[in-house]
Amino acid sequence: MMETLRMYFQFPFVRHALIVGVLIALCSSLLGVTLVLRRFSFIGDGLSHVAFGAMSVAGVLNLTNDLLFVMPVTVLSAVLLLRAGQNAKIKGDAAVAMISVGALAIGYLLLNLFSASSNLSGDVCSTLFGSTSILTLTSAEVGLCVVLSLGVVVIFILFYNRIFAVTFDEDFARASGLRVEATNLLIAVVIAVIIVLAMNLVGSLLISALIIFPAMSAMRLFKSFLSVTLCSAILSVFCALTGILMSIVAGTPVGSTIVAVDIAAFLICQAIAAVKGGILR
Amino acid sequence: MALLTCDHVTLGYDGRAVLSGLHFEVNPGDYLCIVGENGSGKSTLMKTLLGLQKPLDGTISLGGGLIRSEIGYLPQQTAAQKDFPATVREIVLSGCLARCGKRPFYTRAEKQLAAKNMEYLHLGGLAARCYRELSGGQQQRVLLARALCASRKMLLLDEPAAGLDPRVTSEMYALIRRLNREEGITLLMVTHDLVSALQEATHILHVGGVPFFGTRAAYLASPLARRFLAPEGGGQP
Repeated sequence: MMETLRMYFQFPFVRHALIVGVLIALCSSLLGVTLVLRRFSFIGDGLSHVAFGAMSVAGVLNLTNDLLFVMPVTVLSAVLLLRAGQNAKIKGDAAVAMISVGALAIGYLLLNLFSASSNLSGDVCSTLFGSTSILTLTSAEVGLCVVLSLGVVVIFILFYNRIFAVTFDEDFARASGLRVEATNLLIAVVIAVIIVLAMNLVGSLLISALIIFPAMSAMRLFKSFLSVTLCSAILSVFCALTGILMSIVAGTPVGSTIVAVDIAAFLICQAIAAVKGGILR
Repeated sequence: MALLTCDHVTLGYDGRAVLSGLHFEVNPGDYLCIVGENGSGKSTLMKTLLGLQKPLDGTISLGGGLIRSEIGYLPQQTAAQKDFPATVREIVLSGCLARCGKRPFYTRAEKQLAAKNMEYLHLGGLAARCYRELSGGQQQRVLLARALCASRKMLLLDEPAAGLDPRVTSEMYALIRRLNREEGITLLMVTHDLVSALQEATHILHVGGVPFFGTRAAYLASPLARRFLAPEGGGQP
């Protein structure tokens, strides 16, 4: 098995996949904790479907660089969705569900009506489940991903205390003069960026898993916000690495393998927490 | 010089008035209890005082060098906080955020302030404990310590004894009284517990219908108090 891995590591596309996979796993887990705690778990799901819809439109329009179209559309939807969460007229979860399935349906419809590709279902499957796209990254895409991921990490560290404050108690934060709307906007933009990046890794159907599972696992084991955040990041990177390596060796689809590893990690954390709780009681 | 003056204020949301004719002022060292039935607009008043929403009419002005972000706030707990993974220290420290301005991290002085406030509210030994594992009274003291980090001048307390058992409730009121008497912190407290409010407060604001504002003695002499107290105290306070 080591032999197989050594052989694969000689290919630059495998190294690219590992770098991008680790960075995306890191970024998505950082914001996962605040999303889960604020009951926004499904925003990742909604946004990833918007990104799918935008990708289809970009495909139909024959744009040379999809990202230039997909990124702004997703960022805009993220801002609208977070705002809808505070609007009493349309319930937050209903708004997410509407935009989510709406974008998915329109995206697939457009692809069917206008696509020039001969292998339509293959294209759709790859966008939804990310099957091979992570193995076909160009150096430029890897570079962009590295820059954006580092940006996300730096922003997260600089705004860590503010993110904690709005996550724990938005009203208190607002009363003490913190610009809550600006912080929420920042969180929305960062999430959108992460989701567009993550489409390459696991495809748009499985992105929520990257955001939710590490955070939920870490919350089973740790009791401070800092340790939960760190554990979630480490766990997410570990699962992504394991998942990518396993998928290379076993020839399974990258995205679903990573998510399967994430699920296994969650079950293990759950079991550890149950055992610990049993002993303490 | 009054710290806070409400001048013929009308409150509400979506253009619908909930409370009108509010006229009162809060001076340094006052302990004002805001009482009234459920739905009488107590929470709306609190949110407006904090600047979370605007009054429909009238003006609310701050004086005596007080700025809005210097009003500490003890909100009611939300459902999400009940299982929040955070330590006592992390939560108390977040009260210092207003002092940070554009600075991303806390200074040593701010960490010491947080430690001092935890000590003051008997939370010293709990600093590394997880918030969700604490008792209701302890959680309430954590949020009070956080409010103290935000302000030493004025605190707004929203039902500080909600959901606490009688013994813990009286401990909570004793701590709050100490903040007012010993530390000279001006207090505004929303409560539906009129009996305790009358024991603690120097001034009473009764909202709902025609608002009443005055000292405790003036309130006890008013017909409003007698009517409001009747179901609880059997007619005579």
